[in-house]
Amino acid sequence: MLNSRIPAGQLDLKWTDYKGHCKLVNPANKRKLEIIIIGTGLAGASAAATLGELGYKVKAFCFQDSPRRAHSIAAQGGINAAKNYQNDGDSVFRLFYDTIKGGDYRAREANVHRLAEVSANIIDQCVAQGVPFAREYGGLLSNRSFGGTQVQRTFYAAGQTGQQLLIGAYQQLERQVSLGNVTMYTRHEMLDIVMVKDDKGVDKCRGVIVRNLITGELERHFGHAVLLCSGGYGNVFYLSTNAMGSNVTAAWKAHRKGAYFGNPCYTQIHPTCIPVSGDHQSKLTLMSESLRNDGRIWVPKKQGDNRKPSDIPEEERDYYLERRYPAFGNLVPRDVASRAAKERCDAGYGVGSSKQAVYLDYAAAIVRYGKIECGKLGIDNPSAEVIRKHGVDVVKEKYGNLFDMYEKITGENPYEVPMRIYPAVHYTMGGLWVDYELMTSIPGLYALGEANFSDHGANRLGASALMQGLADGYFVIPYTIGNYLADEIATKPISLDHPAFVETEKAVRDRIEKLMSIKGTQSVESLHKRLGKIMWDKCGMARNEQGLKEAIVEIQQLKKEFWSDVRIPGGINEMNPELDKANRVADFIELGELMCKDALNRKESCGGHFREESQTDEGEAQRDDVNFKYVSAWEFKGESEWQLHKEELNFEVAKPTQRSYK
Amino acid sequence: MEHYTMNLTLKVWRQKSSKEKGSFETYKVSDISSEMSFLEMIDVLNERLINEGKEPIAFDHDCREGICGACSMYINGRPHGPWTANTTCQLHMRAYKDGDTIVVEPWRANSFPVIKDLVVDRGAFDRIIAAGGFISANTGNAVDANATPIEKDKADAAFAAAACIGCGACVAACKNSSAMLFLSAKVSHLALLPQGGPERKSRVLNMVQQMDKEGFGACTFTEACEAVCPKEISVTNISRLNKEYLIAGLTEEK
Repeated sequence: MLNSRIPAGQLDLKWTDYKGHCKLVNPANKRKLEIIIIGTGLAGASAAATLGELGYKVKAFCFQDSPRRAHSIAAQGGINAAKNYQNDGDSVFRLFYDTIKGGDYRAREANVHRLAEVSANIIDQCVAQGVPFAREYGGLLSNRSFGGTQVQRTFYAAGQTGQQLLIGAYQQLERQVSLGNVTMYTRHEMLDIVMVKDDKGVDKCRGVIVRNLITGELERHFGHAVLLCSGGYGNVFYLSTNAMGSNVTAAWKAHRKGAYFGNPCYTQIHPTCIPVSGDHQSKLTLMSESLRNDGRIWVPKKQGDNRKPSDIPEEERDYYLERRYPAFGNLVPRDVASRAAKERCDAGYGVGSSKQAVYLDYAAAIVRYGKIECGKLGIDNPSAEVIRKHGVDVVKEKYGNLFDMYEKITGENPYEVPMRIYPAVHYTMGGLWVDYELMTSIPGLYALGEANFSDHGANRLGASALMQGLADGYFVIPYTIGNYLADEIATKPISLDHPAFVETEKAVRDRIEKLMSIKGTQSVESLHKRLGKIMWDKCGMARNEQGLKEAIVEIQQLKKEFWSDVRIPGGINEMNPELDKANRVADFIELGELMCKDALNRKESCGGHFREESQTDEGEAQRDDVNFKYVSAWEFKGESEWQLHKEELNFEVAKPTQRSYK
Repeated sequence: MEHYTMNLTLKVWRQKSSKEKGSFETYKVSDISSEMSFLEMIDVLNERLINEGKEPIAFDHDCREGICGACSMYINGRPHGPWTANTTCQLHMRAYKDGDTIVVEPWRANSFPVIKDLVVDRGAFDRIIAAGGFISANTGNAVDANATPIEKDKADAAFAAAACIGCGACVAACKNSSAMLFLSAKVSHLALLPQGGPERKSRVLNMVQQMDKEGFGACTFTEACEAVCPKEISVTNISRLNKEYLIAGLTEEK
């Protein structure tokens, strides 16, 4: 059933071989082939631009008012690439190996190797487009470190790397718009895919139904293929670092139509976010992982210590990451760092008014950099004040925008007092199951970037999301989609009056009318918050059998409540953000149930999925390779009903071991 | 930091659609925490409006951390409110005190028509970028990234210009609704880099032409745009734009 279509042959030659043998579409035929792209983040914008350049007829859709606002824009720290510009021992193999290990041996080797191979091209491409990466005085590109690696392979643009990469891709997209190769639809949201049988009786994805979010009108669009580049589903937790509009709807609609959902329970909880301040909180803000390059994480050695951080002497501080993981220290991978923070807070060592926070401290880095600067400037015996001044300047240049962001939210100056941080939901490694060609289990339907499950296993390393989104869009899909479309050159555009379009649109309309007709008493937001609480408490950083079983019952109950008591003001044929949200939250509720079901099924711990029943004596995640060395691909069978398909993972090169960062 | 709660009076622009006339509505909100963000305060009001069976206030917002550029409120006569180098979503209620009255309007500019309440159409910005705000670099043709060293100062200046989030505050603040700061940021970003060289002249000419077509006003250099820009884009970029435009106009051979 599940065919991952991984090419045969030696791991490091698979992609080269594939490219040498995949089918091609000639330019005259490309002009006749239409491709629909949902989402304009790094994956969507890069795919739309590149496929437009190749000569395909592309339609791109985003729910935001401009493609430039997709949530990739918010990525801060950087993008990995195996350039080895630092001469510190990096290589394609190292990046591949770090990613497989970082993902706790739950990713596909062939996909990850391909990712590492194309990573270097991404940097070249982005520089050619004018992405202003950070540079050294000699004019060459600068690098820094991220978690889970021992080399410096992360390229960055201050703390705004995602913004700069997305603007680069967006500009290429707009260029194709001006050339007439891409038609852009902003403020449009996909609400279903359209399936049509081909002449051999195979169900294929042939289009989408979208809603114009200004007028409320439903539109039908045909495509020979459809690409979902719609991002992750972290907002199922209500509070996350995702943008308010980030949602699972496009992926979920595809799932309900037959696309398998891969590893839905793999969620990344990012260790360094600004803690929750109250019930009014609408979202959480990330503090880039790059801050762990220079910042030190600590809590007091004494439980319930209420002293100000500056009053706690050095010997009474517990730098718990450096203590537990001397080899990687503050740069352990995200899942490890998050669990360690939770462990300290649960044990009563947390700080701040909520006691659900740890310190991220820059005092030592400021002194270290200050001394270096004074040395460069030839200042002999500098006073502490002078050292501090120069140190602050260096830190400001490296991380200034992040420090400002922290101060705006908390009102505290992080140059003076350590930041308070706590883990928060950030990224979802799970997503639509795809094969090597990024095609879902529905022919003609692809998933790229965070929307698919493919490259990060059970835990994503920092600075790898940008890499994957752009790899998929710039360098993978342009080849793999040709392999499919080469057999579609005789397929004429299907009339929008085809029964499949008419019926699908009717089903979408019926659902919207049903939502509007409930006229209950509870707001969408309040129901979403309740879903988030269930998910965070029972399917969050730590999970256990009893909690997950309870969560499933609670979510089913919440679903009933939603469909009988939700209140959506306004009308259908107008701009109605409450209706937009209701559509999304209804899907989140269903997804939440599947996530719990997947987490319940996976009795092992791996990466971001921590089952309390499966841990080592030291409290680390304990994998079970005998029973769970597979991808869980769930097939939708009906309301609250799924069938599990397993894709066995074969490790021919990177042999699974207990992951250690000690 | 001391936290407190406050009661406020809000006067918010309500407009059903682009075709209908709008007006200010007055709302009282109470028990607002100084720890809330401005948009969370609007969330609280909207939640109440929904419970009262009324329509919530429509406004653009997404990342809520100052980078997507979606949020766009004109607060007490200033885009993005009282703080400098700040977006509406980053504004927190500790900027206000108990009893304050806050007036909230959409961006006001003919080139940004109101869609509903505080939501405006900024599609003109995308069209300006499409007119030339790019480097024509097809995927797959790039040389090694380090084959082209770029002076750090120039790279930093290009980055500072590229930090623009396309929110439109510059236009909203300008008495002429000029888009010169937005346009100059893109022209500067690409003109400062060697990769941007080949299209340097046609880029600036085409982008300015599109800007004029969209109906944005002229720049009289009052610098109101720089004062409200959340990313502190400097008006020196406008000087660079004028230089680029002049040279291109005099020397472009087409």
